[in-house]
Amino acid sequence: MSFFNDLRKVLGQNIRDYGMFIALFIITSIFSIATDGLFISSRNISNLLNQAGYIAVLAVGMTLIIIIRHIDLSVGFLAGFLGAVAAIAMVSWNLPVYAAIPLVLILGIIAGLITAFPVAQLGIPSFVASLAGWLIYRGALLLVTLKTGTIIIPDDTFNAIGNGNIPDIPGITILPEVHKLTLLLGLIAIILYIQNDISARNKKQTYNFEVLPMNIFVLKLIFASVLMGLVTWILAGYNGLSWTVVVVLIVVGIYHFIMSQTVLGRHVYAIGGNPEAAQLSGINVKKITYMVFGSMGMLSALSGILFASRLQSATTTAGTLFELDSIAAAYIGGVSAAGGVGNVLGSLIGALVYISLTSGMNLMGIDISSQYIVRGAVLALAVIFDVATRRSAR
Amino acid sequence: MSTPILEMKNITKEFPGVKALNNVSFRVAEGEIHCLVGENGAGKSTLMKVLSGVYPHGGYEGDILFGGAVQKFRGISDSEKAGISIIYQELALVPEMAVYENIFLGHEITNGFRVDWNETIKRADKMLKTVRLDVNPAVKVKELGVGKQQLVEIAKALSKDVKLLILDEPTAALNEGDSENLLNLLRDLKNHGVTCVLISHKLKEVIEIADTVTVLRDGKTVCTLDAKKGEVSEAVLIKNMVGREIDSIFPKREHKRSQEVVLEIKDWTAYNPALGRQILKKVNINVKKGEIVGFAGLMGSGRTELALSLFGNPDGYQINGEMYVNGKRRQFGHPQEAIAAGVAYVTEDRKGDGLILIQDVKQNITLANLREISRRGVVNNNAEVKVANEYKGSLNIKTPTVEQKVINLSGGNQQKVSVAKWLFVKPDLLILDEPTRGIDVGAKFEIYTIMTRLVQEGMSIIMISSELPEVLGMSDRVYIVASGRIAGELPIEEATQEKIMHLATN
Repeated sequence: MSFFNDLRKVLGQNIRDYGMFIALFIITSIFSIATDGLFISSRNISNLLNQAGYIAVLAVGMTLIIIIRHIDLSVGFLAGFLGAVAAIAMVSWNLPVYAAIPLVLILGIIAGLITAFPVAQLGIPSFVASLAGWLIYRGALLLVTLKTGTIIIPDDTFNAIGNGNIPDIPGITILPEVHKLTLLLGLIAIILYIQNDISARNKKQTYNFEVLPMNIFVLKLIFASVLMGLVTWILAGYNGLSWTVVVVLIVVGIYHFIMSQTVLGRHVYAIGGNPEAAQLSGINVKKITYMVFGSMGMLSALSGILFASRLQSATTTAGTLFELDSIAAAYIGGVSAAGGVGNVLGSLIGALVYISLTSGMNLMGIDISSQYIVRGAVLALAVIFDVATRRSAR
Repeated sequence: MSTPILEMKNITKEFPGVKALNNVSFRVAEGEIHCLVGENGAGKSTLMKVLSGVYPHGGYEGDILFGGAVQKFRGISDSEKAGISIIYQELALVPEMAVYENIFLGHEITNGFRVDWNETIKRADKMLKTVRLDVNPAVKVKELGVGKQQLVEIAKALSKDVKLLILDEPTAALNEGDSENLLNLLRDLKNHGVTCVLISHKLKEVIEIADTVTVLRDGKTVCTLDAKKGEVSEAVLIKNMVGREIDSIFPKREHKRSQEVVLEIKDWTAYNPALGRQILKKVNINVKKGEIVGFAGLMGSGRTELALSLFGNPDGYQINGEMYVNGKRRQFGHPQEAIAAGVAYVTEDRKGDGLILIQDVKQNITLANLREISRRGVVNNNAEVKVANEYKGSLNIKTPTVEQKVINLSGGNQQKVSVAKWLFVKPDLLILDEPTRGIDVGAKFEIYTIMTRLVQEGMSIIMISSELPEVLGMSDRVYIVASGRIAGELPIEEATQEKIMHLATN
């Protein structure tokens, strides 16, 4: 009995952390049943993740922005504009793809710093500063695509980012329909995860701190491993891991590490929690504001690259509503509008929930008008859940 | 006198895991000034929240009788309708609105659908006369000082035909003059038939004004004392509040005379561009190793501004003058640099700019010195818990775990977290700005003990305080600040309350 009591206690304490996973699980189940398993098919999941990519990277950056009590509305059209710049760099300036991508990422950082300038230096509300950016980048996007209209990108390497998959290990004949390298990577990830968790637990014990009871710890490991294994298996069933997913995983991994483990991450949370106290604690609020907006600009550029690559072209409307989609994803993922609360993994899940809704409803043939209404309702429900659980935690 | 206007019978209020109120009875006679005292966390605020309906009927056990009838308040509007008004420590005024708008906010005077501004202003003027506040009712609230804002709050309460006025630590943020004013006003209101409940930590004013005192401790009523029968004295109150007698609240300590100067400033002048005026004028001070230097003065005399100007100048004053820290000429452009040079500043406003309330105890303690527990920018979470637990033990921070959010701690324990945070940067000079504001007697004593230990270990302390007994009880030397100048310097042997007040007000 004590096992179930422990389990209930642990789940109860961490309901906020698991809430989004549960929501994602429920949504996945509903759509899978409603579409006779079509939703959960390897092909659809693979597609869905590729669609989620450009929103997910924006949501990651937006998470940091909202944590420090700001907002950035310019990211959508900035992504569209920089995607177009990447296309022009390759098509008109004949830059190789390996030069075009870093160039665009650097331009993104600069654009982010420009947005940050009036915010950090003059105290202008970021809503206004970034709304100006929204207009400016929208104009800039129309301007650079004025003569040509849609710019077709002929570069295969560039287009592979949004459409291609990682290569398979050649010469293995077992499991012919399955992507072996994906399986291998998934297996490595599971092993690393287990190893990491065990060593963290051991370290805690050397400090004589309280740890999860052994049986629950094992259950958690098994549960997470099975989940990771399942996702790996689904992905391996259809061409394997896509480059988009690889990019998103790297971005999320880096940002999650920074936010949860480093001094820099702590400073970001501190500024969100109480900017005056952070300042008096010797934290350079201005510098971190610049860094967070700079990172947002870079991720906007990355989002623009992913999107242009997926369409294999730069269009005049690229980036439309990305900013609001990514803000919605961050809120669904548990970021607090009051600042100081939220995490990158949550926002990734938020983005997946958001895109799953679109994908699932498309498969069910629900028309676009109802889709918007459902998405709005889910956003509202997510925020209500978040506020309610936070209140009860007090 | 004997008819009770309010009777709270056997009130019990539980929160998950804590019994905040345990069978509390509270009886207020009509027309009296009744003081409610107790340490932080004793249950005073909870009791008042039960009374005002913030915790609605059904969420607690027991009965509330007001004006002879059993009341079941479901919200503040119910209790206000019955004639109960509470003025909280944090004022509930809208700074950008005029005084008259604030007074009638929420119960506007209307004819039909339109607000009758002429009548509003007329009635507001009358209310301001009642509270003896001489300001133009059209002035914006933000332009008034805290003392005057307090009076506007009271005017607002009176405008609602209040029968029972509850004030939660109204004088905590006031200087002596404003406090005296307020107490006089309460006496005045009493003569006009308004019953007052006053929650206060300042025992002197409790003794001065109370007809009856009720003491709460750990969620229980300890006793109710009648001032007319001479039952109220400081010693009795303290004994009942803490459950033990404190013969002297200030720990004994020898006044050391070191010649090693830790901090010296010369001709220190500061201009605040936001206010457009000079805030510090030709200030010369020094602080020696292992000494507590008290800074006394009235509210707004420039003591906090002086501290901030030393601590990396976060508000961007234009500063002239020379500063020497440990003998080296220094100029700090950011608190970061001050911290690195061994200066720490514990703010007077721990909730506003001291602590991050939504974060836990350990994160608050380590925030200013994360470097110490990290390697190559990566924080060692286990080392953090260890450090936090050490301070939890050495400063006696009462919290179940260091993972507890600071917002859930009592004021005294929040203050200890605030102090712990700055001790962790291991400073040579610790600036404490109103270190015991709004905390109870027991916690005060603990803070004083900590200060004593620190100076014995060789730290130097600047203590800014508006409480003269504290300045006299703790300092080795006192500077008196008035209008941005050093109005005087007194060694502790020569300092008296009268001398200090004389210098501070001239």
